[in-house]
Amino acid sequence: MIELANVEKIYKNGDAETRVLKNISFKVNDGDFVAIMGPSGSGKSTLMHIIGALDRPTSGSYVLDGRDVSKLSDDELALVRRDRLGFIFQAFNLLPRATVLRNVSLPLVYAEVPAEERDRRAGDALRAAGLPEDRWNHLSNQLSGGQMQRVAIARALVNNPAIILADEPTGNLDTKTGELVLHTFQRLNQEQKRTIILITHEPYVAEHADRIISVRDGEIVEDKHNGNKRVVNDHSHAAI
Amino acid sequence: MLLSDLLHETYSAVAVNKARSGLTILGIVIGIASVVALTAIGQGVQATIQSSIQGIGSNLLIVTPGAPRGVGQEVSAGRGNAQTLKLDDAAAIGQLDGIKAVASEVTRSYQITAKGTNTNTRVDGTVPEYLTVRNVEVAEGSFIDEGQVTSLAKVAVIGPTTRDDLFGVGSTDAIGSVLRINKIEFKIIGVTKAKGGSGFSNQDDVVFIPITTAQRFLSGNVYVNTVSVSVADASGMTAAQQAVTQLLLDRHHIGDPLLADFSVMNQSDIVAAATSVTSTFTILLASIAGISLLVGGIGIMNMMLTNVTERTREIGLRKAIGAERKDISRQFLAEAVMLTFLGGGIGVALGWLIAWATTKFASIAAQVTLPSVALAFGVSAGIGILFGWYPARQASSLNPIEALRYE
Ligand SMILES: Nc1ncnc2c1ncn2[C@@H]1O[C@H](COP(=O)(O)OP(=O)(O)OP(=O)(O)O)[C@@H](O)[C@H]1O
Ligand SMILES: [Mg+2]
Repeated sequence: MIELANVEKIYKNGDAETRVLKNISFKVNDGDFVAIMGPSGSGKSTLMHIIGALDRPTSGSYVLDGRDVSKLSDDELALVRRDRLGFIFQAFNLLPRATVLRNVSLPLVYAEVPAEERDRRAGDALRAAGLPEDRWNHLSNQLSGGQMQRVAIARALVNNPAIILADEPTGNLDTKTGELVLHTFQRLNQEQKRTIILITHEPYVAEHADRIISVRDGEIVEDKHNGNKRVVNDHSHAAI
Repeated sequence: MLLSDLLHETYSAVAVNKARSGLTILGIVIGIASVVALTAIGQGVQATIQSSIQGIGSNLLIVTPGAPRGVGQEVSAGRGNAQTLKLDDAAAIGQLDGIKAVASEVTRSYQITAKGTNTNTRVDGTVPEYLTVRNVEVAEGSFIDEGQVTSLAKVAVIGPTTRDDLFGVGSTDAIGSVLRINKIEFKIIGVTKAKGGSGFSNQDDVVFIPITTAQRFLSGNVYVNTVSVSVADASGMTAAQQAVTQLLLDRHHIGDPLLADFSVMNQSDIVAAATSVTSTFTILLASIAGISLLVGGIGIMNMMLTNVTERTREIGLRKAIGAERKDISRQFLAEAVMLTFLGGGIGVALGWLIAWATTKFASIAAQVTLPSVALAFGVSAGIGILFGWYPARQASSLNPIEALRYE
């Protein structure tokens, strides 16, 4: 369960203050599929970093699974991220000189999972993200943008996180591959009851979620149930 | 993080930037190699000097002119320049009980020429007793005899090294030839047996002439540089040393032993004096080496700091996906330690090689000792941990989001 109350984020740069998030309050229940939508620069990524326990709000409270994040130590936050959360960063953030498999299994390295199990789980995640097997031993900087995105998705799935945070996960993908990814999220949400928070600026992508929170200039302008959810069915992309 | 993963990460990080890792390792290699090699050479010199002092003869007392000035200074360059001892003093010592033989010497270096070749060597004016007192043997011909001392004969006995330098290695026609010291001709009557020793303690590079000849034609005065006294048996050494001191004080009319114008040393005094000089020398070498080790360590710290800056985004990512502070700091610490251990290992091998080459080509028996290797290795490990710790801590305390944004 994610509970934000009056969250603010202010960046100070010398005398200049930038209020990136203003008075953000909402709750996400376990098993929800929520899209956060807004134009570029509206504070979506900043919000995701706070929800993902990567950054602390300047003021306001954030309670994750009943624990006040502002009261946790850096290492406790690291364990929360390792065991409960999966991130897909807007900029992918892959290790450039490591293979695809190594990149995907890195969260498991820190969870001290033995090597064989790590490779098996990384393979499962890569399959779920739709990256062809002949790319698995490539270095991550030898991949196309779309392939990198799928590696980033696989890495977010590999530790079976209860909450998946995806920042523009389809931004670099063609429609078909994008749909595969959205289908993967829907399946994880429906079959495994994982919480999904999907960040996008495209209404079309947001419509795959059950609930859409719209952000503008750091404020929530709309928070509604998505009445006409788009459902991607299995056979529409069987070719990938 | 499992140990195998830590090693894997460390290895790939070090291997990615081979040139930079190599240069950093080189800094440590030079530091460690110089510690190992220089201390080995220092200790080799010390051992060489000690053995050559022990080789000059047993049960030996050395009387030199000039006041005793305390251990360490007694072997200084000024020793023997004072003019207080005469042949009469030596003769009087010879009359004491328990003295086996006495040999006076007048010693100085000269340019020697023979048949167009020349060499610079020590000319030692002495007496026939020198053979007994200093354990010298004659290989060919004969040594200076009593008659030649009395008659101020211009004869010379040369050491094997001098023979090699003047007449060619192993030459047999030295005897009967003529050599010139200070434009004065001397007839060669004998060659001594090789005694060994090397460098500045070579006992084979010498020309012996009758002491009286040396006084009359070379030094031009009646003083002697050294009186070597051979004591009949080892248990009489202390008594003999006291007797010689008292005798000379009486002969020189000196009441207070502290004002003595000569000094009487036994072998262990000389060894102690020489050791204190050579250990100062070894410490000097070791501290020079220590400085280069420190510089190598700073090289590691520099590389690790650059590393942390360059890999800020990577650190941010690792933290974002669940790395704890200790995971990050261990990774960077392990890199520093791996670099120092590689450098340490290669450095010890290189230092050993230099010591070996010195022994082989410079005739100093350099001794690589376990403590110096252990010290060098310990210091390099220490440096790795010390100089790796700060960058590692810097890396581990980065905020993940700021690190990910870093350009
Ligand atoms: N460290 C920072 N210091 C100052 N301002 C910042 C900092 N990080 C973000 N901002 C500002 O916060 C605002 C929101 O940034 P954010 O990355 O959250 O936007 P976004 O909604 O994700 O945009 P996009 O869709 O383009 O990714 C931007 O105006 C940005 O300039
Ligand atoms: Mg963004």
